[in-house]
Amino acid sequence: MAEGHKSLNLTLRVWRQANRQAKGEFKVYNVKDISTEASFLEMMDILNEQLINEQVPEGPVAFDHDCREGICGMCSLFINGRAHGPDDDITTCQLHMRKFNDGDTITIEPWRSGGFPIIKDLMVDRTAYDKIMQAGGFVSVSTGGVPDANAIPISKVIADEAMDAAACIGCGACAATCKNGSAMLFVSAKVSQLALLPQGKVEAAKRAKAMVKKMDELGFGNCTNTGACELECPKSVSISHIARLNREFLKANIKD
Amino acid sequence: MKGFFKSSIGKKVLMSVSGLFLILFLLFHLCMNLVVVFSASAYNEVCAFLGSNWYAVAGTMVLAAGFLVHIVYAFILTAQNRKARGTDRYDNQNLPAGVEFASKNMLVLGVIVCCGLLVHFGQFWAKMMYAELAGTEGQFAPTDGAAWINWYFHDSPLAVAFVIVYLVWFAALWLHLNHGFWSAFHTVGLSNNVWIPRLKCIAKWFSTIICAGFAFVVIFAACGGINTKSDCCNKEKCGAKTECHQEAPCNPQTCPNAEQGK
Repeated sequence: MAEGHKSLNLTLRVWRQANRQAKGEFKVYNVKDISTEASFLEMMDILNEQLINEQVPEGPVAFDHDCREGICGMCSLFINGRAHGPDDDITTCQLHMRKFNDGDTITIEPWRSGGFPIIKDLMVDRTAYDKIMQAGGFVSVSTGGVPDANAIPISKVIADEAMDAAACIGCGACAATCKNGSAMLFVSAKVSQLALLPQGKVEAAKRAKAMVKKMDELGFGNCTNTGACELECPKSVSISHIARLNREFLKANIKD
Repeated sequence: MKGFFKSSIGKKVLMSVSGLFLILFLLFHLCMNLVVVFSASAYNEVCAFLGSNWYAVAGTMVLAAGFLVHIVYAFILTAQNRKARGTDRYDNQNLPAGVEFASKNMLVLGVIVCCGLLVHFGQFWAKMMYAELAGTEGQFAPTDGAAWINWYFHDSPLAVAFVIVYLVWFAALWLHLNHGFWSAFHTVGLSNNVWIPRLKCIAKWFSTIICAGFAFVVIFAACGGINTKSDCCNKEKCGAKTECHQEAPCNPQTCPNAEQGK
């Protein structure tokens, strides 16, 4: 370990739930000598090693993770009352233990939203977002040679705005934070990134209607513009995209 | 537009449009109320103009429809949102600073606004427009709005309580408008990164002007600023020294000049 690191002794309150139907509860575990340079997920790995060694009846804690570099959107923990933990604009895998103090008690919960049922412990089913994407979050293109990237001129401002929307990794922090369980920030980011660009404009109306319809079918709530989603989004996706989705949806319905 | 109003965005658009309509009404109502500060007789003329005339009744019905849509959809959307949120709750949720109190409590604030509205209806609409339509007689003439305001906020034994209730009502309305104003524009798509802060700023100014205006009229009346004595408005009979606004029988219990008038 590098110089300057500190070791933390922590108390973890972790949500344990065997499956979707089972009744869950918080279990308290103590972990020792956690380096402040460890990531939060590395700390969870250390906890799981400990639980395996101790042969606790509930086994290791199930939690989602994949790339561990903030781009896949798999990690999803609600840590000390905030999606992705007590830091801004990062995913759980980018959260480091230096954000905590020795002796802290950390409460770790899964996303709690009607759209994301619990699979086990801290893992939730986020396939609802995939279903919304399948409904229209794509551009239909003919097969053939790859066109030149500069064949269609796009202004820097538009390209930047589309890129900001495309930064959404679909982690679900927006719906998990929203008091209405609304997925509007996610849907708006996906609609926006394509509606802004010439390649996506062709199907913009169809896309907005299809994705909103699917979102409603899946039982997500209605956006009341609290802005909590924007503040907890690890990619800082702006709620201005929600206004664009509303515009696209209105336009699409007026054209009918 | 098939199925538009069944969609989540469609329902929100209904909330926004009805909300913006009610905001326009508030602006109109404030302009009307402010007249009483300058002239009680002019205010009573406005009251007479908006009494039981067909256009006033038609306007009231449209307004009631706007309220109804706004209130009914508020409950429908809240019920859907509660269902969408699911039954599980976080052990604790620490929302970062920046989430407005009003945005999280619009229904509660709306219910407080509706309660205030019921009190207001009972005190003014029932005694004025409804009384005129029903042909009933009250303590003051239905078109003597200045006298009613003066009574509730100055002469009534419960005047202080009424003033407090109205100020609480306006505070809830301020919070409700503060979020509702910019949120309505956002929902109909008239917003972007540039306009969100602008709309929030306009919302603060607008809701402050509206609510401070209403509160000013109430406080003005509570301080005895409204120059009316409609109980003893017949100058010759009761000798009231203040301006008379309309002919009405003298009420010895409330008229300070009753003895002299007799």
